[in-house]
Amino acid sequence: MKVIETKNLGKKYIISHQGISEYQTLRETITDKAKKIVKKRSYVIPKREEFWALKNVSFNVEQGERIGIIGRNGAGKSTILKLLSRITEPSEGQIKIKGKIASLLEVGTGFHPELTGRENIFLNGAILGMSRIDIKKKFDEIVAFAEIEKFLDTPVKRYSSGMYVRLAFSIAAHLEPDILLIDEVLAVGDAQFQKKSLGKMEEVSQQQERTILFVSHNMQSINKLCKRCIWLENGSIKEDGLSETVTFNYLNLGQNKESEVNWLSEASAPGDKEYIYIKSIKIKNSNNTSTSVIFAEEDFFIEIEYVVLKTLNISQIGICLLTSEGELIFQSGDTDLSGLEIQERKPGNYISRCKIPGFLLNQGYYNISLFGHIPGIKMIINTDSILSFEIVQRYNLGGYGKQPGFLRPKLEWEIEKI
Amino acid sequence: MSNNEKDVIIIEPGRAEKNYWRDLWRYRELFYFLSWRDILVRYKQTVIGIAWSVIRPVLTMVVFTIIFGKIAKLPSGNVPYPIMVFTALLPWQFFASALQDSSNSLIGNANMISKVYFPRMIVPASSIIVAFVDFLVSFILLALLMVWYRFVPSYKIIFIPLFLLMALIFSFGAGLLISALNVKYRDFKYIVPFIVQFGLYVSPVGFSSNVVPVKWRFLYSLNPMVGVIDGFRWAILGKGIDFYFTGFTLSIILIFITLAIGIWYFRKTEKTFADRI
Repeated sequence: MKVIETKNLGKKYIISHQGISEYQTLRETITDKAKKIVKKRSYVIPKREEFWALKNVSFNVEQGERIGIIGRNGAGKSTILKLLSRITEPSEGQIKIKGKIASLLEVGTGFHPELTGRENIFLNGAILGMSRIDIKKKFDEIVAFAEIEKFLDTPVKRYSSGMYVRLAFSIAAHLEPDILLIDEVLAVGDAQFQKKSLGKMEEVSQQQERTILFVSHNMQSINKLCKRCIWLENGSIKEDGLSETVTFNYLNLGQNKESEVNWLSEASAPGDKEYIYIKSIKIKNSNNTSTSVIFAEEDFFIEIEYVVLKTLNISQIGICLLTSEGELIFQSGDTDLSGLEIQERKPGNYISRCKIPGFLLNQGYYNISLFGHIPGIKMIINTDSILSFEIVQRYNLGGYGKQPGFLRPKLEWEIEKI
Repeated sequence: MSNNEKDVIIIEPGRAEKNYWRDLWRYRELFYFLSWRDILVRYKQTVIGIAWSVIRPVLTMVVFTIIFGKIAKLPSGNVPYPIMVFTALLPWQFFASALQDSSNSLIGNANMISKVYFPRMIVPASSIIVAFVDFLVSFILLALLMVWYRFVPSYKIIFIPLFLLMALIFSFGAGLLISALNVKYRDFKYIVPFIVQFGLYVSPVGFSSNVVPVKWRFLYSLNPMVGVIDGFRWAILGKGIDFYFTGFTLSIILIFITLAIGIWYFRKTEKTFADRI
């Protein structure tokens, strides 16, 4: 039996160029209107651009299926879940859903810090669509699963973040809808608890004929939990099939234009054109192929190709590694170790190559921006983030999900009995 | 597993959900829980919570009694001035805090709205309940005040729920409208304190509406709170207060018009809340 049918689903957002903020103020609206009246036609309406977060997405889901949804950031994964769970309305297309649906786009939605664990269980349960009788029935189970018996009557603001997440997840894991939509929530908490949570998910979905749609960046969990997988790219379905095949393709055919940027003309290229301009920047894996998906344990390379137009006596060119939110993790320049004075750059073509070792970055998305300067004198290159890549985990280093933090170094531990 | 509830939901752009009101009923428990949360949070910091709902009306009453009763020497019939003021303060404060809370409720629960589906009307509706609890506290204060002045209320006090309901519907209707507008225009929230402050002086809180000349009485009743406040005074103070029926009817009509506009606009914009908030 089909429990979900979607036909030509599309979701459009309007991006206003005054900023990304979706809301206006009344004052703006009134002054805009007034300006329009006063200036008649000459007034130019601020440019608004349409952005299709999803376009032409059609798929069916059978009862009891567990489907993984993968794709890069902004591919439309969360948008699909939001449409299915009725949080927001599609701009076109149709969805048919049979049965009770619950969505878990975040753990602990509606938790109130002032309320106790006990109170929050009831509140959060109700928000997720559980009835009071259901919550009462499951109460002990929820508490036991979260391992917070002792702190039941403590306000959650005094909980450690681990306890908080455990409680939040535990409530969610005891939901009993026909269809469950999960967005990356398994990627929280410690590894031990993630394992337990995933086990719980698997258990409930096998016992009952529960349908699960599961968004994750972790191919391991997708392969373990889901038989079928949908790969989204730029708002449409790129591939829909067996999880093993789709995740393999996603990881290996992930080369796309973002793995390298080439500037065809000097005019459009970044750089202070008196001294230098950039020709290209590439991310390459250890096999020297350009890719935007890197395995966590592998070394990879950033290659910057540039043309020096005027001799640079002392200079430095380098990269900034940023999180997908744009936070700087580190910056590194090509003369950091060699010393600035030695590297005189005469006019000509150059490549600066940086090796980033494996077992350094945690799984997730990262961006790269470029800089270049003549120290103490001037910036000669300064870009926004121009490249992005994803670090994925091939081997399970313990736990199913993403550990918190940006780095995931392989450190040596010793355990000694004394 | 509830296999009996296998009804099909169809989601399409612009499609009005035919079972919206049934959904609302189904989510009634969420309504209880959200109001319960708000009350709990409000009174958790016990001292501040309860003290606030006592101090605010009492201080207003004292100030109004001094200004309107002692300085301006407005008439209050044969009723002690403080009691006359306090009787009006009850519905007014209820309306004011219900309006304030419900207007900000959607923004205040933005996180929930962008992460979970439920009929959005529950949020402003449940936020009104806190105001209701405050109302009960104030009502006890009124009782104490009447004991102090040895004032016996009229038997018509049994009609109070009716007038309270009017205030509730009015604040709910206006709250729906303003909370939805608030999502779209973030500066709309500045209007509410203005309405509340202005309304306090425009409505017959500090004085009896008998001070208003008869020829202006109808116009004055265009403020629906006039009907509600007069109703409270009529029901509690009893003797000597006549019931201005025309004004009362007008209030009821206006209140329901507000409710209708509120529901219409809220339902119209509800589906885009998650995208905008």
